[in-house]
Amino acid sequence: MRDVRFLLTGDTSVTVEFGNEISGGINAAIRAFNIALSKSGIDGIVETVPTYRSLMVHYRPEKIRHAELCEMMRGLLGKLDDIEIPPAEVVEIPVLYGGEEGPDLAFVAEHNGKTEDEVVKIHTGTEYLIYMLGFTPGFPYLGGMDDSIAAPRLKSPRVRIPGGSVGIAGTQTGVYPIDSPGGWQLIGRTPLKLYDPGRERPILLEAGQYIKFRAVDREEYEAIGREVEQGTCRLHTYAKEG
Amino acid sequence: MGMKFRSGGFLTTVQDAGRTGYQQFGVPVSGAMDPRSFVLGNLLVGNDEGEASLEITLMGPMVEFTAANVVALTGADLSATLNGVPMPRYRAVLVKPGDLLAFGMQKSGCRAYLAAAGGFDIEPVMGSRSTYLKAKIGGLQGRKLGKDDFLGFRAPAATLPNLDLRAVDPEDFSASERVLRVVLGPQDDAFTEDGRKTFLSGTYTVTNQSDRMGSRLEGPVVEHVKDGNIISDGISFGAVQIPSEGKPIIMLADRQTTGGYTKIANVITVDLPRITQSKPGDIIRFEAVSIEEAQELYLAQRTRFEELRRSFEEKRGDARAPVAPGIALAALGLSGGEERVFHVELDGHDYRCVVREIKS
Repeated sequence: MRDVRFLLTGDTSVTVEFGNEISGGINAAIRAFNIALSKSGIDGIVETVPTYRSLMVHYRPEKIRHAELCEMMRGLLGKLDDIEIPPAEVVEIPVLYGGEEGPDLAFVAEHNGKTEDEVVKIHTGTEYLIYMLGFTPGFPYLGGMDDSIAAPRLKSPRVRIPGGSVGIAGTQTGVYPIDSPGGWQLIGRTPLKLYDPGRERPILLEAGQYIKFRAVDREEYEAIGREVEQGTCRLHTYAKEG
Repeated sequence: MGMKFRSGGFLTTVQDAGRTGYQQFGVPVSGAMDPRSFVLGNLLVGNDEGEASLEITLMGPMVEFTAANVVALTGADLSATLNGVPMPRYRAVLVKPGDLLAFGMQKSGCRAYLAAAGGFDIEPVMGSRSTYLKAKIGGLQGRKLGKDDFLGFRAPAATLPNLDLRAVDPEDFSASERVLRVVLGPQDDAFTEDGRKTFLSGTYTVTNQSDRMGSRLEGPVVEHVKDGNIISDGISFGAVQIPSEGKPIIMLADRQTTGGYTKIANVITVDLPRITQSKPGDIIRFEAVSIEEAQELYLAQRTRFEELRRSFEEKRGDARAPVAPGIALAALGLSGGEERVFHVELDGHDYRCVVREIKS
């Protein structure tokens, strides 16, 4: 298996790194390995956390030690064929761009020599694959953003970012599901709640789906916000073509 | 019946061993910040070691018990009193309805744990009773405890076998300078040789930007090869994250599941209490150990827990637990002085006598 590395992440977990880039191929390999690992029945594994380029494996050292676990995982890495990919669904996310809701939109535009409208047009023009959920409950890490609107992270994370904020970090884009600290450049905000513990499905999105952002004006933003509060908001989804 | 809160203190939450199994959906693990004190508390009261207990931060609550139960206080010394008499730490104590638990000055450590036999009567969320404040889940309505809150006991115990023997030596959290042993990785190669040297030789200070999510340190800048950004990956309890500005942040119980900053090392499990019991101004140094050594220490701690559980459960004749002496004295309007314990054998029966000097 290519250049897979086992990285030390303390004494109760190990990170299996498949590469150092965001790519569909690496993501597919990680998903396949995760499934192979769950079927392997290795005793002592607590949970696994798939990310863009690695699978973090949490385990109990009283059941299995680091060296032994790595050896068994090395054995599994050869068996990554025939993994079923679930059918893709595209979820529409309404976003109010710029202003108070997107205080870094101007920076992202200036950084890339574009107008704010051009950034919005590019950002809404793509269907983004949800590679993983992480960072906070239901936070979707998306792939496929156009390099022409990339922007560096803040040097030091903000202490508090409002839930629903849409941001860019490097060539990544995402949405903050709840108030949290973070270092992304904020370009807008959605009235949808990606995470709501009182809802039947607390987490709105799942890995393998796609997201399509849609620019809305303040009036529609507020109208959708009221629907969300009343629990009458319906997600707009459609099947991914191709 | 359970515990009625007259006040909640600074930050008192229900925590268990953590919400595992949901990190893949981005749900943080949470759970007890000091896993050792937490487990010891449960062992002392005969619980499963992952049973939920109260995590009490810096300034404790004032609580009235409305039912009898066996409880144990572990972790930080926050000057706890039961009915006005100092409550022993790291020892199972019988409480009865009307007993009043209060706290005073923080003496050493930051976080105390109150374990109650049989645990608390609250519904788990995603398999855990741990409170995760940011997402408002777990514990009592996902929040910290406050005035007029009530926390019910799930299966209280009138007494426990070997009650008077259920004690361990309290851990000392008084040091203001601590060495944290770490296993290097996962991104130690993102730092220069000088950067790694700085990290392992520098003196760092815990800042007041420290909470259940993480602890920011102030100290010499750790030099990156390029910068502190990576494509986001998973984060362990105790991960030492160093963003581009070069100052370490130790990721703790409420840490996010994934993040995009380089992590130079991970604090080993047995040393986690050394950071989670530290307070702003305390001094931290890092020392690298191998994964093998870290896991040997982890296993030694596991063995100690198992041995304690066995020793508490072993039959020791009919040694009946006395009512906690402090409580009896307080009921008489007296306070207790130094306690001495004698074992007396009479007609083949073993007696354990607790003698305490009375000060009126």
